[in-house]
Amino acid sequence: MNILWIVAGLVALVAVYFWSLYNGLVSLKTSIEEAWSQIDVQLKRRADLIPNLVETIKGYAKHEKTVFSDVTKARSAMMGARSLESKAQASDMLTAALGKLIAVAEAYPQLKANENFVQLQKELSDTEDKVAYSRQYHNSLIRDYNEKIRTFPNTLFNETLGFHEKEYFQALEGERKSLKVNFA
Amino acid sequence: MSIHSQIQGNVTKTYLIMSAFVAFVVIVAYVLGVSLGYGTSFMWIAVLFSVVSSFASYYWGDKMVLAMSGAKPANRKQHFDFYTVAENLAIAAGLPNPKLYVIDDTAMNAFATGRDPAHAVVCATTGILSKLERRELEGVIAHELSHIKNFDTRLMAVVAVLVGTVAFLADMFLRNLWWGRSASRRSDDDRGAGQIMLVVGIVLAIATPIIATLIQLAVSRRREFLADASAANLTRYPEGLARALEKLTGDKEVLEAATNATAHLYVVNPFKGKQYAAWFSGLFNTHPPIEERVKILRAM
Repeated sequence: MNILWIVAGLVALVAVYFWSLYNGLVSLKTSIEEAWSQIDVQLKRRADLIPNLVETIKGYAKHEKTVFSDVTKARSAMMGARSLESKAQASDMLTAALGKLIAVAEAYPQLKANENFVQLQKELSDTEDKVAYSRQYHNSLIRDYNEKIRTFPNTLFNETLGFHEKEYFQALEGERKSLKVNFA
Repeated sequence: MSIHSQIQGNVTKTYLIMSAFVAFVVIVAYVLGVSLGYGTSFMWIAVLFSVVSSFASYYWGDKMVLAMSGAKPANRKQHFDFYTVAENLAIAAGLPNPKLYVIDDTAMNAFATGRDPAHAVVCATTGILSKLERRELEGVIAHELSHIKNFDTRLMAVVAVLVGTVAFLADMFLRNLWWGRSASRRSDDDRGAGQIMLVVGIVLAIATPIIATLIQLAVSRRREFLADASAANLTRYPEGLARALEKLTGDKEVLEAATNATAHLYVVNPFKGKQYAAWFSGLFNTHPPIEERVKILRAM
C-alpha cells in the first residue's frame, strides 16, 4: 500500500515537472510573438515618417532625385515585405537609403535650421533606436528559447509537441554583443 | 562570470539578508516581550504593526515617495529625450512603459519606485535631463529600469519599512524600561530568567538600530552594482552610464527634495557634502563609490 502511494507521488511529481516545462516554453513562445509584433510596429512607424521627411527635404533640395527615388523604393519594398527574412532585408535597405538622404540634407544649412526638419530627424533617430531595441529584445528571447529547446529533457518531446527552433531577426553578428561582466 | 550568474547570485544573497532580517525582527520583539514580562503578546503586536505598515508601503509607497519629492508628470514634447529614452529601454527590457515624473531641481539625480513593473515610476531632476547627452541619459534610465525589472523598488520599500519598524520597537522598549518595570514583578521563580532576558533585551535595543541600518545599506549597495550591470546589458553601451556617473560626481549640488527615507532610491547619493568619519564612511553609504562603479563598467 505504502509503495503504491510513493509511486503515485513520484508520477505526480514528474507530471508536474513536465507540465511546468511545457508551460514555460508556451509562454516564451507567446513573448516572442509579442516581441515580433513590436518590431513590426516600430518598422511601420519609421516607414510612416518617411513621406513627411522627403517632402521637407524636397523643399530645399529639389534636384537630388536619385536619393529620393531610392528612399521611396526602399520604403515600398518595406511595406510590401511579409516574411521575417524579407522584412529584415528591406529594413536594412531602407536604413542605408535614409543614411544617404540625411547625408544629402546635411549639405543644406537652411534645411538644417528648419524646425520641422530638426523635429523629424529627432523622431527618425528615436524610431531607429526603437527598432534596434525591439530587435535586441526579440533576439534575446529567441536565444533563450532555442537554448531551452536544445537542452535535456526538452529535446525528448519538443518536436512532437511542435516546438521548433526559431530564426533570429537578422544575423546576430551585426548586433551589439551581450556583455561579459567581471565583478571584483 | 556572466551577467546572468551575477544577477542570480545577487538576488539569492539579497533574499538571504531579507530572511535574516525578518527573523531578527521577530526574535528581538520576542526577547523584548519576555524580558518586560508581556510574554509573546508583545511579539504579536510587533508582527501586526509591521504587517500593517508593510501593506501601506507596498500599496502607497510610490505615491508617498513622489509626494515627498514634489515631482510632476513629464510630457513627451517638453522632455522629449527623457520620454523617448524611457520608452525605448522599456521595449529593450520587455517592460510596460513606466510613468515618468520630473523634479524641478538643478541637482543631477534620478530614482525609480513602484511595487512592480506595471506600477513603475521613473523620476528625474531637470538638472540631470539638461546636462546629460542622450546616450548618457540612456545609461541612467536603464539603471533605473533595472531596479524595476529586478523588483528592487519593491524590495527597497519593504526593507525601509522593516528598518523603520525595528527602530520604532527599540525606541518603545527604552521608554518601557522605566514605565513598564512593574509588569515584570511576578512570581519569584520567573525573576532569574526575566533578568537575563532583560540584559539581552537592553543589548538588543541598543544594537538593533545600528544593525538594521547597516543591513539596509548593504542591500542597497549590492543592488546598485547589479543595476549597473543590467543597465549595461540593456543598452549594450556601458560607456554611456560610466560617463553619466562621472558627470554626476562632478555635480556638487545637494538635492533638497531627498530625505533620509528616500536617499537609497536615487541613482547616486543625494547628500554629497555630508561626510562621516573615515572608517565609518564605507559602512554608512547608501551607494558604493562612483569611481568603483565606473571602473567596473569600463571593464565590461
